[in-house]
Amino acid sequence: MTETDETNIKIQVRGLSKVFGSQPKKALELRNQGKKRPEILEKTGQTLGLSNIDFDVREGELLVIMGLSGSGKSTLIRCLNRLIEPTEGDIVIDGQNIPKLNEKELLECRRRHFSMVFQNFALFPHKTVQENAEYGLEVRGVEKSSRVQSARNSLKQVGLDGWEDAYPSQLSGGMQQRVGLARALANDATVMLMDEAFSALDPLIRKDMQQELLELQHRMKKTTIFITHDLDEAISIGDRIILLKDGEVVQSGTPEEILTRPADDYVARFVEGVDMSRVFTANSAMRPVRATARDGDGPRTVLRKMSDNGLDSIYVIGRDRTLMGIVNVDDVDAAAKAGKDTISELIQNDFPKAGPDEPMNNLFAMFTEKSYPIAIVDDNQRLLGVVVKGAVLEKLAEAGEH
Amino acid sequence: MAIDIPRIPLGDAIEGGLDFLTSHYSNVTRGISSVTQTGISALNDGLMWLPEWALMAIIAVICWRVANLKLGIGAVLGLALIWNLGLWDPMIETLTLVVIATVVAVVIAMPFGVFAAISDRFYGFIMPVLDFMQTMPAFVYLIPAIPFFGIGSVSAIFATVIFSMPPAIRFTTLGIRQVPNDLIEAADAFGATRTQKLIKIQFPLSLPTIMAGINQTIMLALSMVVIAAMIGADGLGSEVWRAIQRLRPGDGFEAGIAVVILAMLLDRITQALRKPRKKTS
Repeated sequence: MTETDETNIKIQVRGLSKVFGSQPKKALELRNQGKKRPEILEKTGQTLGLSNIDFDVREGELLVIMGLSGSGKSTLIRCLNRLIEPTEGDIVIDGQNIPKLNEKELLECRRRHFSMVFQNFALFPHKTVQENAEYGLEVRGVEKSSRVQSARNSLKQVGLDGWEDAYPSQLSGGMQQRVGLARALANDATVMLMDEAFSALDPLIRKDMQQELLELQHRMKKTTIFITHDLDEAISIGDRIILLKDGEVVQSGTPEEILTRPADDYVARFVEGVDMSRVFTANSAMRPVRATARDGDGPRTVLRKMSDNGLDSIYVIGRDRTLMGIVNVDDVDAAAKAGKDTISELIQNDFPKAGPDEPMNNLFAMFTEKSYPIAIVDDNQRLLGVVVKGAVLEKLAEAGEH
Repeated sequence: MAIDIPRIPLGDAIEGGLDFLTSHYSNVTRGISSVTQTGISALNDGLMWLPEWALMAIIAVICWRVANLKLGIGAVLGLALIWNLGLWDPMIETLTLVVIATVVAVVIAMPFGVFAAISDRFYGFIMPVLDFMQTMPAFVYLIPAIPFFGIGSVSAIFATVIFSMPPAIRFTTLGIRQVPNDLIEAADAFGATRTQKLIKIQFPLSLPTIMAGINQTIMLALSMVVIAAMIGADGLGSEVWRAIQRLRPGDGFEAGIAVVILAMLLDRITQALRKPRKKTS
């Protein structure tokens, strides 16, 4: 685990255990003797839901907790805000140890720190979309006018403006979950808990929602804990992933760490089913650009740059490295022969372009018959590097071997 | 053959208890009696003060607004028949008793219902009590009512409240318990207090079920109010009672039909209130 860097820790979970049953002490005793869940169940009739969980949640990250059903992931997320009472352990958020809070402090803590999105949406059917989005603020006693405003804003953020007066039953599943998301966002709690939030949606909607969550998360930097049983989902949205099995953490790390260095057979088997090309992003196959042309360059200068570097085409950039387009050798040669003194008329725009986070499998489809390398640009359209077909193939082969 | 087991003096014990209550709490019962009597008279006088056609119009409009025009027309026809048969005043008396008994029953039932929904222990305690209250033959409640409140309408209300309260309690409990757990969890997750959950989530969501209970309560109250004629309650019941004593089946059926009309109107109105009106965006 690489938990020790200086990034701010938002929530610190230490030694968290949960026993379902009437004699938790007995079960924990057996656990301390090294017994596992099935044996404890057989001997005491108690279910060891979670055993000795340690992890940190960093400020602003999207942490995915992943596991199959029965792994304890839903129990874990509910222990954080004590919808389920933990049996032992510490959960420290901003200096407050949640299991030790009294009832009043707990309410306050839930209101300030946690908002939650549920698998089955759990929208209030007798309230409108607007009223649902206001709920967290209403509970806190925020006055009407300001909570209306916040709810409107968050509905707008999830793309539901115009639906304020509808009832949840009038919306599709995807839209209902947007309401669930808006309800959580409006609350402006410091941590967002998402319990299998997209699992009930059909696959296409689900992909959209994942993308939107990523964008939202990127924009708002809201600390998010996301529960899922789907490794593909975990990989595509998680900054870090914690893998649970039988109530214990089996591995935690970035998606790439988990996929390329599975901690044990269990993780490895899990990982086998994953489409590896999705794991790697453009960033990992990107190369620095060997040469670029400036938009003010003359044809002869550009021809020299191309022949020096053995290129058939060259990307043209403006003053602050913003990408303007591409020119190819035939056009430049013709312009040179015609005695033109600038290449600005030759710049073409039909070249492939992607961001550094673009998954590898998407890149593959981008190569055209002209075989221009893919330009990788940042949010401000500045050229970061290029990806050539060979590099993609190489990475994919590498992934296949691991 | 006859083994000599002494008869358990159950009846004597109950009588003793009732005697104790009547002799020691006569102030209380007299107080309740006068308050209730005042309420009955006020409502009755109010309804009587309105001319027949005006009350008919009001009821018809209520029927039309909460249900539909058909029920409104039905109300006019039914009430006109009652008026024509000369049963208007007894009908008003019966309606008064039903309304007051229902209001009292519901006001008492709500907290019990809510508490039984929250506490499993209280639920386990009150359910057999409700079974007892509902299966005990209705007439039996009339007997202790008399020593408490004397012959007349107050005794009728007392017996009616006891007899008609169980469904209001049961349905309130059922309604609140039926609220899906994930909604409760959502409310909890956002830090709602118990009261906030009850008022903002559980109560509104169980309203249709609670209304079904109130509907049942009204129907039971109506049937009991009629029977209560035996202890001197006014209204349609006493018309029936008189017809029995004079062996005049025609009069009896006329009063009976008036009861049926009243029952149908009350039932349809409360049924219609149950269905949440669809709002569209």
